[in-house]
Amino acid sequence: MSPIPAHTRSTPRDLSARPEHSPDSPLSIHALTVAYQRKPVLWDVEFEATASRLIAIVGPNGAGKSTLIKACLGLIAPAAGRVEFWGEPYRRVRTRVGYVPQRESVDWDFPVSALDVAAMGRYARIGWCRPVTRAHKRAALDALDRVGMADLSKRQISQLSGGQQQRVFLARALAQEADLYFMDEPFAGVDAATERAIIDVLRTLRSQGKTVICVHHDLQTVPEYFDEAMLLNMRVVATGAVEDVFTRENLVATYGGRLTLLDEASEALARAARGGA
Amino acid sequence: MSPGMATFMALDLPAMLAGTLAALACALLGNFLVLRRQSLMGDAISHAVLPGIVLGFLIAGSRATLPIFLGAGASALVTVLMISALRRVARVEAGAAMGVSFSIMFALGVLLIEQAAARHVDLDAECVLYGQLEYVNWYPPTDWGEFWTLATLRDVPRQVVVLLGAVGVVGLFIALFFKELRITTFDPAHASAIGINSGFMGVVLMTLVAGATVAAFEAVGSILVIAMLITPPATARLLTDRYVTQILLSAAIAVLIGVGGYLAGAFGPSLLGLEGVSLNIAGTMTVLAVLMLVLTIFLSPTHGVLARARRRGRLAVQIARDDILALLYRLEEVRPDHAMLEAKLSQAMGQTRQTRGALRELIALGLVQREGGTLALRHAGRAHARGIVRSHRLWETWLVEELGLRADHVHQTAERLEHLREGGRPIEPDVPDGGLDPHQRPIPDRHEQGH
Repeated sequence: MSPIPAHTRSTPRDLSARPEHSPDSPLSIHALTVAYQRKPVLWDVEFEATASRLIAIVGPNGAGKSTLIKACLGLIAPAAGRVEFWGEPYRRVRTRVGYVPQRESVDWDFPVSALDVAAMGRYARIGWCRPVTRAHKRAALDALDRVGMADLSKRQISQLSGGQQQRVFLARALAQEADLYFMDEPFAGVDAATERAIIDVLRTLRSQGKTVICVHHDLQTVPEYFDEAMLLNMRVVATGAVEDVFTRENLVATYGGRLTLLDEASEALARAARGGA
Repeated sequence: MSPGMATFMALDLPAMLAGTLAALACALLGNFLVLRRQSLMGDAISHAVLPGIVLGFLIAGSRATLPIFLGAGASALVTVLMISALRRVARVEAGAAMGVSFSIMFALGVLLIEQAAARHVDLDAECVLYGQLEYVNWYPPTDWGEFWTLATLRDVPRQVVVLLGAVGVVGLFIALFFKELRITTFDPAHASAIGINSGFMGVVLMTLVAGATVAAFEAVGSILVIAMLITPPATARLLTDRYVTQILLSAAIAVLIGVGGYLAGAFGPSLLGLEGVSLNIAGTMTVLAVLMLVLTIFLSPTHGVLARARRRGRLAVQIARDDILALLYRLEEVRPDHAMLEAKLSQAMGQTRQTRGALRELIALGLVQREGGTLALRHAGRAHARGIVRSHRLWETWLVEELGLRADHVHQTAERLEHLREGGRPIEPDVPDGGLDPHQRPIPDRHEQGH
């Protein structure tokens, strides 16, 4: 018996017929399949990111959103497929790719200051066994300043609120001065001030020609915050500009029959369309 | 060199040095176990290496360092494989797999020691399990003139040399991989993403823990090694929130435990007049370590139980002060130029220690004046009180208008919210200002009118 549920089974495609990946694309994912203990989590993911766009990855719980990011960053070995950044494998472009994990993934009681954490964004540049110099600390402080946290740079991280901790994580990624950013639910459980600070940073990054790919849980804000979206439920349901992707059909395919969610999403889309017109 | 000095150099110094170095090597590495929340792993490793140590000893027939290290390494490897096999094949939860594996290995070690003892090999359970610092001796020349020669150094006890090497390796490891250890301990996923392989760092760390355990077991025994690994870092963790300070402090505590534990064990009984009583040095070191941890739990200026109680007490007094000021302000609103009887205040607020303390502070600060048993707000006190009452009524308005609560349900909540401070001032919710609160009482302006 095949381990693949019926709805993910796709007719075998001729691999040579797939689009050639352009070396300009910050991220191209090619036939990526990830499995935990032989149970597929991501199935045949195909994706090409456009430069200087804010891209949301949306989908229900357990859709494989975080797994997709982790597989791109080499934290989980894929069962099949290839991920390339500007036409190169991840290990050759590490410094150009930033990562903001979920806030709950670390122990915030750890004895370091906000500045120490932000400076970790510089470690890849500094290299093994070398100390963090003053210049790197200055860059980390600048990054904290960009998220409005310069005043709290000396504060131990457990003394910060959840939103402030999220901003420290964002500052760490900014300190890396990457060209492509992966963020795993940066808006989860943050206060309004932090949400505004994050969205400001995202827009600034876009205006600097950088690409940001966010796992996002709130369908309502997708049209307002993001240019493009990937609807994901184990396989890619749809990708493209938010207004093209957010159709009733696609959302049903992604979320199943949870209609309240769909209504909220289409309402949000209509609102954004009115705002844009 | 005086005879007393010679005895000290021969008997006490090497043992004290060995104990201290053992504590130091373990404590430095223990920081990362404690910070990774893997303290149990230290316990597991220190127990699991026992059969390897004994086998290495039995095969080599001596206490040569290399066979013992090889045996310990092999036995650690077997344990790791056993743990992962249990998890994979039997689907046993990680903690259970670890607990089962290391107790089996330890039991195996104990059985092996007994077999060795039966064969009259110079190895007994006591020295392996509890350490034998007392037998670390050194006989340097008693004349200072002959002291500084290579021959003297050659006679330094093997245990001290091995432990010195262990401390050196551990110190070098931490100094070189200072920031790599920090990032892989704090956020392993991010570290791996930027190319600092946290799995690899973890393996190196555990290997060093196994090495330090083996180096230290002769001195403090394979059971008490765990105390040296965990207690100094745990004590340091209660005293600081800085990574560098944490590591240096744990080292200082380890030295204190080594020196203090030795002195207490070697000279304690005779100082207390208990002639003929001899104490196991590793035992006194561990007792001292735990004593320091317990004292720190209570007395630490930041994380201690007493400091937290004092902070709670200060908060209670601040709340009582706020309540007295607000009470006097509300009274003035209703009946201006009417001082409040002090007895009335105790009636309204209760005769508690906090109330009396708070009132004393308010008078000392010049916010409230007391005259012949009556209380009244001074000018500065009125400004404070206005801020508190304003915050209270703004919160009531907010609770009714934003949360839709009923007006007669909001007083209790506002009573709590009015005590919240930001930058020393009451926090004010974002609601239209200058009106009436849900109980039709005016919301005071931030500054006094008419001045």
